[in-house]
Amino acid sequence: MNMEALKSALALLFRNRLAGFGAVVLSVVVLVVLAAPLLPIHHPDLTNPANRLLRPFSTNHLLGTDHLGRDLLSRLIWGTRLSLVVGISASIIAAAVGAFIGIVAGFFGGRTDNLIMRGVDMLMAFPYILLALAIVAVLGPGLINALYAVAVVNIPFFARNIRGVTVGIAHREFVDAARLSGMGSWRIIWSEILPNVLPVIVIAISTTVGWMILETAGLSFLGLGSQPPQADLGSMLGEGRKLLINAPHASVVPGVMIFVIVMSVNLLGDGVRDALDPRLRSGALARPAPVTRIDRETVPEKIESNALLDVQNLHTHFEVGERVYKAAGGVDLRVDPGECLGIIGESGSGKSVTALSLLGLVASPPGVIKAGSVRLDGKDLLSTNFETLRSIRGSRISYIFQDPLATLHPLYTIGDQMIEAIRCHRPVSKKEAMTKAIQLLEKVQIPNPKARIGSYPHEMSGGMRQRVGIAMALANEPEIIIADEPTTALDVTVQAQILALLSDLRRQRDLALIFITHDFGVVAQLCDRVAVMYAGKIVEVGPTEEILAHPAHPYTMRLIDCVPELGGGKRKLSAIAGLPPAVDRLPDGCAFAPRCDRAEEDCRLGTLATTPAGTSRSVRCLHPSLEQI
Amino acid sequence: MRGYILKRLFSIIPVLLGLTIIVFLIMTLIPGDPATAILGSYATPENVAKLNRDLGLDKSIVEQYFIWLSNMLQGDFGRSYSLNRPVLDEVLERFSATLILSGTALVLCTLWGVLIGIWTAARQYGWTDKILTFIVLIGISIPSFWLGLLLILLFAVQLRWLPASGMYAIYGGGGLLDLAKHLLLPSLTLSVVATGVIARLTRSAMLEVLRQDFIRTGRAKGVPERQILYRHAFKAALVTIIPVIGVQAGFVLGGAVYIETVFQWPGVGRMLVQAISQRDILLVQGGVVIVAACYVLFNLLADIAQSWLDPRVKT
Repeated sequence: MNMEALKSALALLFRNRLAGFGAVVLSVVVLVVLAAPLLPIHHPDLTNPANRLLRPFSTNHLLGTDHLGRDLLSRLIWGTRLSLVVGISASIIAAAVGAFIGIVAGFFGGRTDNLIMRGVDMLMAFPYILLALAIVAVLGPGLINALYAVAVVNIPFFARNIRGVTVGIAHREFVDAARLSGMGSWRIIWSEILPNVLPVIVIAISTTVGWMILETAGLSFLGLGSQPPQADLGSMLGEGRKLLINAPHASVVPGVMIFVIVMSVNLLGDGVRDALDPRLRSGALARPAPVTRIDRETVPEKIESNALLDVQNLHTHFEVGERVYKAAGGVDLRVDPGECLGIIGESGSGKSVTALSLLGLVASPPGVIKAGSVRLDGKDLLSTNFETLRSIRGSRISYIFQDPLATLHPLYTIGDQMIEAIRCHRPVSKKEAMTKAIQLLEKVQIPNPKARIGSYPHEMSGGMRQRVGIAMALANEPEIIIADEPTTALDVTVQAQILALLSDLRRQRDLALIFITHDFGVVAQLCDRVAVMYAGKIVEVGPTEEILAHPAHPYTMRLIDCVPELGGGKRKLSAIAGLPPAVDRLPDGCAFAPRCDRAEEDCRLGTLATTPAGTSRSVRCLHPSLEQI
Repeated sequence: MRGYILKRLFSIIPVLLGLTIIVFLIMTLIPGDPATAILGSYATPENVAKLNRDLGLDKSIVEQYFIWLSNMLQGDFGRSYSLNRPVLDEVLERFSATLILSGTALVLCTLWGVLIGIWTAARQYGWTDKILTFIVLIGISIPSFWLGLLLILLFAVQLRWLPASGMYAIYGGGGLLDLAKHLLLPSLTLSVVATGVIARLTRSAMLEVLRQDFIRTGRAKGVPERQILYRHAFKAALVTIIPVIGVQAGFVLGGAVYIETVFQWPGVGRMLVQAISQRDILLVQGGVVIVAACYVLFNLLADIAQSWLDPRVKT
């Protein structure tokens, strides 16, 4: 780990207030304990029968005395010192031995690995404390023996973790390079492997040291650890227990100390883990809300139209830390009843985000809808309450997603999932829903639907799964289906079948279809109109045939050029040079300008509006190719 | 499914064997001569040699292991010298008490842990989440043996609501109600740490699942949010939660050692502690083997439960 990463990890650690609190408490405890010999306190073992069992806050004895008249404050400080030393030593021993075993197993692999890990698994088959007890039973009670027992019991945990990481590193390039340069195995382990597994060892120690302090205290509490007159926190608690009724303070005091130490170690450990584990950074584990967060200043005014679905000026952003990714940056769309609208663009152009925004399905955090409206029959879906929105999801508007293996629930049969889809919106019995589900599977041409309905998604082929996805989308006879690249994950012949199926169903049922794709060939086959998206904006929209014949936007032209023609076409297949811009740093002017061979000076200034081109088309370009329109 | 269960059943045989080997090895590592340890340092050499022969200690270590193993398989775990009765009888008697205690605790921690985990995941970063997460952290950090003492102080000494120790009242005890009264405090104490661990894991497993695509599909279908949480997300999260419950069973069985000592519960844990201080090695050996075997069986159950839940692991 370099300095930069270390610094950011430390900063993250202290941003976590609880971890900081744990660190402070722990440092205070450690400082007091280290200064124990210098503090003006009684000798911990000095008995004074005259002062037996003094209550806390007595003169001269702040925390009172125990059954032999020994000062509890002093015993607490010395006991804490002992407990910390033993707990930390145990974790260091466990970490060192465990890491050694883990590295050897992971680095050498093969039979060594197999043999070692078998042994480790055997040790892990024991309930933890029981194994420690067995070891103490053999070695005999005593603090050092308890330390060994706790350390030994924790070795498997370290060995397993470190082995996992080592296996991942052992075949990386830099290790191979070291091997080729003739370095011996042990030197490679020392100079290449160890520095890389060190952070993992630190995480493992920070998450277990609390336990180890607790466990050694536990063994002492049982009378198997430190023996009188020497006392750690556990044995103080054990002695206090015998006086529980007469002098509760004798057991409350050491217990509070153990609790405070373990708690602050755990707080700090959680902080360390969060800081060193990249997955937990920047709220990556945030739970998506049931509906995308909406943060609009104004709602666009309603425009009278007979469109079924009318999207105006839709802005969907992803707010990750300081950065704002404008995935959809002002999208206008219109879908008429029974119409098929294609949305086409490269990956990252914002097509899927737009589609998911319509029913508030963009994961949030980090997604947020900043502006715009989505009107279904004139009613703004972004302004409705959740219950209304939910009643529309899957019933008036439904989705077909790209990868049906990931988008179907892996642990329910497809029958259960379809029945659920039906019963969410209609009060029918399970049996009726089942009949309906079988009919739907027939509709999407799944052979032998009665048998297939009991299958799990992983038992079906990709094409069959996508048919299930389509059947589920049809379950409540929706008016609009949004299909988000439904054929991308399938092979070509299956793709054609699915497209034909969608096309048939649409015509039979007079469905409106929004079809998202990156393939102009598919658009040509299926869609009445097409909208071309680039960097979060629609750059051209119009009837499919017209656009295919005479694309106006340079980007559209290039996209069409990407489609190979069957039977030795005359066009030259060309890729589009360059990459789409990052949507958190969009340039001024036209986002396509840097890749465009028609771009001129004015293309890089201000914002571009769409301009009508002909009767039914519009284009967002200052220098479109309009000759033939 | 049946094939899978059979396969798993066979796979625990080597684990059980390994377990006995480890216990045997640990026990043979006892420093000094066990016969001298038993007879005391004033024993005559003849007596020591005789006892060694009787105990089979003059044979090779491998031979000793197999003799020990075959005796054990026939139900002969040896004789406890401190109690002067067969180890197996004593252990089985004590083990039923331990099972009642840790079984109750396991049910409690599973129930509460899972519920708290789901609640906190559902309200991530809300106040319920923050407060419960903090309480869970306290639960994980609190020494259970100390918590037990505090509960005794409060409920048995101060309020006098519940008995402080034992499994049944000494006079006029017996019956389920009496048992329940005695069981409440120890099982609660024993379950606290495991509740915390399960709650934390459930929370993170739920959060992980809630980000998956199939949850979005459920929402796109219009499934009510409660159903998304308790049916879709929870079922998928259970796949990671169940093995953790299996591991927690080990912590609960082990933690029973402390709790039985604090509440003077007549279980294996307390027996082990006493046996250790009396150097009654055979009793320790028998207790450890039986509790560990029970833990292995429990993990087997967890595995089978998981395969029943997740059709993908069947084969």
